[in-house]
This record gives sequence, structure tokens and C-alpha cells, in this order.
Amino acid sequence: MPDIADRQKLSYIAAQAADARLNVELETEGMTLNIGPQHPATHGTLRIIVRLDGEQVIWAEPSAGYMHRGYEKLTEVRTFPQVTALVNRIDWLGSFANEVPFILAAEKLMQVEAPPRAQWIRTILFELSRIANVSLFLGDLGVQLGAITPVFMAFRDREYVLNLIESATGGRFHPNFDRIGGLKDDLPAGWITETKQVMKKLRNFCDEIEALLFGNEIFQSRLRGIGVIPAEVAKQYGLSGANLRASGVDWDLRRDQQLPLAYDKVEFKVWTHPDGDSFARCWIRLQETREATLIVDQLLDGIPSGPVMAKVPRIIKVPAGEAWVSTENPLGEMGYYVVSKGDLGPFRVKIRSASFNNISIVPWVLRGVYVPDVISILASLYFILGDIDR
Amino acid sequence: MSLLAVDLPYWAQSLLRVLGGTVAVLLPAGTIVYLFLFKMMSFMQSRLGPMEAGPYGSMQLFAEVGKWLQKEDIAPARADLKVFRAAPLVVLMSTFLLVAVVPFGPDAYFTNFDAGVFYMLAVSSISTLGILMAGWSSANKYSLLGGLRAAGQLIAYELPMVLSVLGVVIQAGTMNLQVIVIKQNSDSIFGWNGLGYPYILTQFVAFLVFMISVQAELTQTPFDMPIAESELVSGYMTEYSGFRFLIFFIAEFATAGVFALIASVLFLGGWGIPFSWAGWDPTDLGSIDNWMNFGGPLIMFTKMMVLTALIMWVRFSYPRFREDQLQRFAWKVLIPVSLVNIMITAIFKVAF
Repeated sequence: MPDIADRQKLSYIAAQAADARLNVELETEGMTLNIGPQHPATHGTLRIIVRLDGEQVIWAEPSAGYMHRGYEKLTEVRTFPQVTALVNRIDWLGSFANEVPFILAAEKLMQVEAPPRAQWIRTILFELSRIANVSLFLGDLGVQLGAITPVFMAFRDREYVLNLIESATGGRFHPNFDRIGGLKDDLPAGWITETKQVMKKLRNFCDEIEALLFGNEIFQSRLRGIGVIPAEVAKQYGLSGANLRASGVDWDLRRDQQLPLAYDKVEFKVWTHPDGDSFARCWIRLQETREATLIVDQLLDGIPSGPVMAKVPRIIKVPAGEAWVSTENPLGEMGYYVVSKGDLGPFRVKIRSASFNNISIVPWVLRGVYVPDVISILASLYFILGDIDR
Repeated sequence: MSLLAVDLPYWAQSLLRVLGGTVAVLLPAGTIVYLFLFKMMSFMQSRLGPMEAGPYGSMQLFAEVGKWLQKEDIAPARADLKVFRAAPLVVLMSTFLLVAVVPFGPDAYFTNFDAGVFYMLAVSSISTLGILMAGWSSANKYSLLGGLRAAGQLIAYELPMVLSVLGVVIQAGTMNLQVIVIKQNSDSIFGWNGLGYPYILTQFVAFLVFMISVQAELTQTPFDMPIAESELVSGYMTEYSGFRFLIFFIAEFATAGVFALIASVLFLGGWGIPFSWAGWDPTDLGSIDNWMNFGGPLIMFTKMMVLTALIMWVRFSYPRFREDQLQRFAWKVLIPVSLVNIMITAIFKVAF
């Protein structure tokens, strides 16, 4: 294990020893603080139990499940096309991205492949939902650290992306647009030029956020060197997405696996950061939003013509078998393990959502930090409650 | 007190002063909340702010007050009720005591005594007491953390504030705020008296330190850890609702206004205009026009709005420090800087 994790432990031990010298006569008692389930910093109903010594955390435990909706069980009583309406609600800020891996798993079982145009549009919408999701993170980051202005900029510019998603799919938050074998509809007229303009606006937004937040000394002093996760620990805890890449692990499912999506047709850079601290995680997300707008631009230029739906039977019966497909969702690796027995609906679906694994590191990373850092570390780990509790 | 050469009986003077004090606290607070909190902040965040209540939402503040007055006054079951109820009043009292020494004109002041600066620094820390009382008596862990943070922070920032004001006191050679104003307007820079001699010209370091300390004293971002709505829900105010919350709210913005008034008195020349403009005699205070009793408050109000705009601008754009970073900033940067400033001021004072 690299020394950076040891350093965090050592500083904690040193702080304890210093306190112990002072508190020989004055025995201080710890305090248990419930952060949540109703708390501004938890984006919903996550409960984090922390044991405090003064303002220092000596023990922390996330307690998930306050919003459990039983989607894995619910899929068993739905037909395959109905499942996308459910899984839309897992990561509710990037809904379309939730549908894609499930549809891909079902297509894998049925051995159909969407026509190229459908694959490209899927990829575009996938990246748009990433932009919608992460741009809100960039604004919300400011609120978590006390700056109230960035979040309004984020809401303002996310609106453009949501309008695009709405005009293409009919749904702002829950498109339910993906079908086995393709897409529900083709793109509306004029959508491509409009999207290009919006991508320009989003790049402006990234510059704005970079100037307003990331260049700020207070912001940097709050995040740099805080919540350091070394690469080995990140791998052990199963982190994925930007949280893993911020620890220096060059791992991106968009590039590293072959799926019937259009990622191999475009050039893009996978950003990594060697530090593994909160700042690195936020910075990676900022760069990825920029990169996503560039990916969308490239895809729009080369979008092929043709049908958006392959030939599939009207009543979809998926042949018996098992399939695992995971994609690089806005929050990290999201995968579906679909077991079919040849019925109308899946026999069992296991959903691997990114946030659930990402917050599993919370007890490790929160030990020894101060209460304000709890908030900034949670903000930088970036979870969505629906993605934790499913 | 001779207002426009009209001699008033003692009771009328007292009544005027009480009314004036209330106006001097509530009017700036209201304007700050409407202009800066509602409107300036909204425009910075690309939205309109309140638009429905009155023209351009100008009656929004009354609507808000009405809403708060209707709300139930809830106290936690395990709260220390007496202390819990007294805390917001203690905080607001500090504001009223502060405004008492601020001079608004040659005769328009509430009290004029020689230890004005000393008094001002002393009563400004009473609000700390109120915040600590609120945090402790709420029987809430978030409130407790907020209250203790506030205590640590406000004590740390009291010192740079005192030290930065000392530079002005050394330069003026008095602690009387009225005399400080008159000196600033009657002095000359290298024999040129067209601008008077506002102390911001020589004490700009002290001015910066003072404004930073004020920001911390008001618990505004980037020093709003005692409230820290994303960490501590609302810090020491978590358990307050209705009228008591309203008092905290008024106190926060009124204190911002009053500190801006004090900063304009200490550094920007206060109510006065440079004496050379009106041809007043610096040695004879009787020569100051009585109309300055009306003009002075308006000048003060303008300066206050400029300074509060600065305070609020910082508040809307910065993220917040961590508690230990704040302490480090106070003890390792602000205090040494203001000490050096005092030293240099003293050397120049002796040399010239």
C-alpha cells in the first residue's frame, strides 16, 4: 500500500496522541452524530452515522436503504420492454444511461443488434445524460462547500440539455426511449444543429465553473489532500468511474470493452489524475463533461443514415440464457446480469449500480477527517440515492 | 442637541433617539435584504428574484415578515427555555448597542463619548454570547457544533478587528468616532485639502483586515461555518422558527449594515464632506452647516450600501473555509499583518 494512506492514518494517530496529552485530566466523551437521513448534504435519504471526537470523525458508517424500491424484484414481474421504465429511475439525473446496459444485455440474449444509426443515437443520448448528470454535480459541489452561485448556473445550462433530451425522446427525466433492437423514434428535424449549439454553451459552462470554483484558493484548500484514496484501496473497494480514475487507474469501459455503441468511432481522452483526493475527483468530472461534449460533437458529424429499429418480433420472448453487460455510466460502472428462462420477462436481474460500490469506501475514507470534510468528501464521491438503494 | 437650531426638551430628544436608532437599524437591514439578498444575488445567479409581491417584488420583505410572524414558535422539548428564548434578543441587542455610537451628522448622533471605538469593539462581541447561548440551549448536536464554531471563530476574529482599528486610532489620536470623522474631512494630504484625508488612503491594509474580520464577525461566506447549511443544517439557528428566527435574520443583516457604517466612519470619512468644499473652518465646529444633520445620514447610507454590496458580493461568490483553516488564517495572516500595520503607522506618526 502506498504511503499516502499511511500518512492519513499517521496524522490521525498523531492528532489523537496530541489530544491525549492534553486530555489526561479532562476525559472527553465522543458524540454520535447522525448525518441524515434528512440532511442537506446527502442528496436524498442516506444516513451516515459518525462518531465524533470534537469535530474529528473517529468512526463512520453509511446506512443505506431508506429509499429502497425493490427494482430487482420488480423486474421479475415485468416484461422485457417494461423494465426500462423501471430502471430509468435508478440514477435519476442520467436516466437514459440506465436503460442502455439492460437493453444491450437483452439484445445479447436475443442475438439481435441495433442498426448503426440507432447505436449512434444511443451513444449521443448516453453522453447527453452524462452531461446533464455531471453538470449538476459541478454546480452542487459549490453548494456543498458554501458557494451558492454555481448551482444556478448548473441548473440554467442543464436545462438546455434536458430540452434536447425532451425533444428527441419526449421525456425530460425519464425518457424510456430505448427498445430492444433499436430506438422508439428517429431524431426530430433540426436536432443536430441545435445540439451543436448547446454543446458550445456547455463548454462555456465548464469554463465558467472552472474559473469560479476550481480556480478559487478556498475551494482548492478545502479539497486538495482531503479524502485521499490510493489506487490499490480504490480497486479493493470496487470504485468505478471518475472516482477510480481520480486515483490514477486508467480504466474506462467506453474505451476498454467492445459493445454495440459508437465509442470506437470517435477520438476521446480518458482523463486520470494521480492524486486521488477530493479535488482530483471533481476535476476529473469537469474534464469528462468537456470530453463528453466533444464526443457528442464528433458523433453528430458522422451520424449514419438508415433505420433506427432492427427486425424484432412484436411480442418479445428472450431465449433462455444469462448475460452480463456493463457500461460506463455517469456515476461509474453500471451493469445488469440478466437471467432469462425464455419467458416474456426476465427470471432474475442483478443490478450493479455505481454509487452503491462507491459509497462502500466511506467508512475507510472518512476516518480521521473533520466534519466539514465529511461533506466535501461525500460531495466529491458523488452518489445519487436512487443509484445506491435501487 | 440642537436640530436645526430648535431646542427640544429631554423627553423629546430621548424619543427621537430611540426612533432614530430603530430606523438606523431596521431601514438598512430592510434595504440590504431586498436590494442585495433578493435582487443582486438573483441577478448574479441569472434569475429574477421575487417579482410578485409589489412592483419588482419590493413588498416581498413585508410578505416574508408576515409569514414568519404567523409561524408557530417551536422550542425543542429538552431546550433550556429561558436561554433559548433570550438568545436572539441578545444578538439583536448587540446591533442596537453598536449603532448607538455611530455619528450620522454634526449633531445627529445617539451618543458621543470619547471611548467610542473601545465601546464599539466591546459591544460587537456580545452577539457571540447570544450565538453561543442559542447553540448550547437548543439541545441539538448541530446547534452545539455551530455554536462552538461560532465562539471559536468570533473570538479569533475579534483580535484582527481590534488591531486594524488601532491603526486608525493611532493616526487620529482619538477614540471618539465623531472626532475621527471631523479629522478625516478637515485634514489635508500634503497641503492639498480638496479631498480631506480619508484614512483608507494610508490605512488600506487595516481597511482590508477590518472588512475581512467583519465578514467573519457576521458569519457570512467564506466564514459561515457556524451556519454552514450543507454541513450543520443551519448551525445555531437550526431549532429556531417563526419570530425568533426572524430576529436572528434581522440581526444578521442589520449588523452587516452597522458594521458597514462603522467602516465608513473609520476609513471613508463618515458623514462629512471635505470641509474645504463648503468653506467650513476646521477649528470651529460651529461653522458646519446644520443641514448636514440631514445630508450626513444620506451620505452615510450611500457609503453603507457600497460597503454592504462588497460584503454581499463576497458572500455570494465564495465557498467556505474549514474551521481550522479559518483559525490559521486569522492567527497566521491577519494578526501579523495588522501588527505590522500598527508598527508602521506608529513610526510614521512619530516621524511626521
